[in-house]
Amino acid sequence: MAMEAAEIERLIKKGIPDAKVTIEDLRGDGDHYAAYVTSDLFSGKSRVQQHQMVYKALEGSMDGPLHALALQTSVPEK
Amino acid sequence: MTDTPIQQMIQSEIDENPVVLFMKGNPMFPQCGFSAAVSQALTTMQVKFKGVDVLENMELREGIKEFSSWPTIPQLYVKGEFVGGCDIVREMYESGELQTLFNEKGIDFAN
Repeated sequence: MAMEAAEIERLIKKGIPDAKVTIEDLRGDGDHYAAYVTSDLFSGKSRVQQHQMVYKALEGSMDGPLHALALQTSVPEK
Repeated sequence: MTDTPIQQMIQSEIDENPVVLFMKGNPMFPQCGFSAAVSQALTTMQVKFKGVDVLENMELREGIKEFSSWPTIPQLYVKGEFVGGCDIVREMYESGELQTLFNEKGIDFAN
């Protein structure tokens, strides 16, 4: 089962409203994605906490339709 | 958090071993590219670590996700502390932060 890039982006933005999200379909198969997420809400949080916020936004998709998501998070540069 | 046998088992693994990698397969024969990548990085750094194969135990496979609030495997623990999954460990390895962490925690490694 695969998942659309737009759907991944929608879920992340729903959970982290100010997020800037870039999604890359790594193999063009709709199954292996990389996501780059920047948000002010990440400020002061550890990488683990930042990733946990994204996983939480994805509402369990990591356990189901989303097979592989390489994740990189950061705080926007001022 | 540590009320089920599986949560207790996870807790004692990370209490008893300074560096623990919960992974699919074992360090010699990883069964997943992400587990292989982290295991490889640790091996390259000559860090002594314990690989725990979650494929051998379905309860453990689900239990570790709950334990760490982390949906994916592998998961790296250093001195009882959750460091991250494949993406974070790779980023830290490449930036030198992983080396710094091992230094701080008194874990032997080769550069």
